[in-house]
Amino acid sequence: MSIQGKAAIAGVYEHPLRWAPHKTQYQIMAESGRGALEDAGLTLKDVDGLFTSGVSGMGIVSLAEHLNLNPSYLDSNSIGGSSFVSHTGHAAAAIAAGYCNVALILYGSKWSSDRFAIGTGGAGGGDPSEQFENCYGPTTVGDYALTAQRHMHEFGTTSEQLAEIAVVTRRHASLNPLAKFRDPITVQDVLTSRLVSSPLHLLDCCMISDGGGAIVVTSAERARDLRKKPVQILSAAESCYHTSAGMRDLTDAAAKQSGPTALARASVAHKDIDMAMVYDSFTITVLVTLESLGFCKKGEGGSFIQNGRIGLGGELPINTDGGGLSSNHPGMRGIFLVIEATKQLRGECGERQVKDCQLAFCHGTGGTLGLRHSGASLVLGI
Amino acid sequence: MAEEKKYKKPLPRIDEENKPFWEACARHELYVQKCRSCGKLFYYARGFCPEDLSSDLEWVKCSGKGTVYTFTVTRQNQSAGFRDSLPYVMAYVELEEGVRMLTNIVGCKPDEVKIGMPVEVTFEDATPEISIPLFQPTAK
Ligand SMILES: [Zn+2]
Repeated sequence: MSIQGKAAIAGVYEHPLRWAPHKTQYQIMAESGRGALEDAGLTLKDVDGLFTSGVSGMGIVSLAEHLNLNPSYLDSNSIGGSSFVSHTGHAAAAIAAGYCNVALILYGSKWSSDRFAIGTGGAGGGDPSEQFENCYGPTTVGDYALTAQRHMHEFGTTSEQLAEIAVVTRRHASLNPLAKFRDPITVQDVLTSRLVSSPLHLLDCCMISDGGGAIVVTSAERARDLRKKPVQILSAAESCYHTSAGMRDLTDAAAKQSGPTALARASVAHKDIDMAMVYDSFTITVLVTLESLGFCKKGEGGSFIQNGRIGLGGELPINTDGGGLSSNHPGMRGIFLVIEATKQLRGECGERQVKDCQLAFCHGTGGTLGLRHSGASLVLGI
Repeated sequence: MAEEKKYKKPLPRIDEENKPFWEACARHELYVQKCRSCGKLFYYARGFCPEDLSSDLEWVKCSGKGTVYTFTVTRQNQSAGFRDSLPYVMAYVELEEGVRMLTNIVGCKPDEVKIGMPVEVTFEDATPEISIPLFQPTAK
């Protein structure tokens, strides 16, 4: 059974705050939910499916209690930053199966004001693999850096090419009134920012912010009668990638499995895609993801991203909101990929609007490239 | 009065699956596993073969030699133990036996580390029970 034509995004909302010490995580989620339901022209009473991640183990039950909801479908699938891209696909499947009618996907985080050291704090988990890793000082930045170094060695990718991704993303952020960092930067600025874990500089890394957002998914049929132009969920696919018992190629990403699957399920080709939201935890994440998704050949990401191709007006504009590198990154950014793609497809993006945007691709990465990560891909269309 | 703990980095949690690996490290020996059923060699230690779930496994003693597959010089880590050893080199080393393992490169300056560089295992005694396998440039 395919989800194609069965479900649509009816409402989205991106919380405007990047710093929210005066709010709670649950409050950010509730405010985001209110915004997305208003956007759709629905109320809390319509919601019978609840999706979230980044809460405690049973936090989704507490979230339902906090909102005084009694959903008949619950999903707190937690696969890192890609979780909310995954939830969007799961919600479409649940709706296609008739398990719920209106799904509310919520995210809220205060990792910035809680001073959570995402990128450079130590690991300390109890998973089997971690007993062979934590003793060596992996950090989030360091894990991605392992992939960057190998990619440079094998394919001649340069720091200048990686920097170009941060520069283009910042240019997009300058057109987004909500973006945290809006002042233009140059390749030189990236290269002269301090090395955090070689070869990644500070400006190769996403920021840490507070924030949140919400998505309302309902049946394609019901979405037609709601307030906004529905955005069709054409396909979804997921994957994970890990150390493969010591045999893995570090220059590949989970996107290599989920990307082509999502395109095939939607019966569309790379050239049909008008814009893409590509998880940008780091500049290297974007480069490796574009290669793994198949927008260019493996090893050619460095030249692909040049000459304005990934900027507004280019062949494949990406991360038009400014991404995690410049707009916001509250720890798990997947929900913003779907929100921005939805707004682009509705033509609501003002100065940063991609012309004639009809098909958008979202790819979330959760975890770390150098160790293990998940991938979630979505094709959305108008 | 208890002596101040010298080793501040996280230690592996020993369990039934990884115990033989860490017991060998304590003797300053590096082992990987091989499946007798399908012949696959793998790392990290498990209680079964990740290819076919067979439990018929053997331990293969490694030469301790390998090459750097990739690395990063970490300049920022706020956690205990690592804060004091910045900058340090985290790397994947490809063992002669064919598998890659995460490790640290020691015994040279961080900026001397290159991909493809020959390295050999050395052990840091973290506690009387636990020694951590690290790699250093191969002696000429
Ligand atoms: Zn086997």
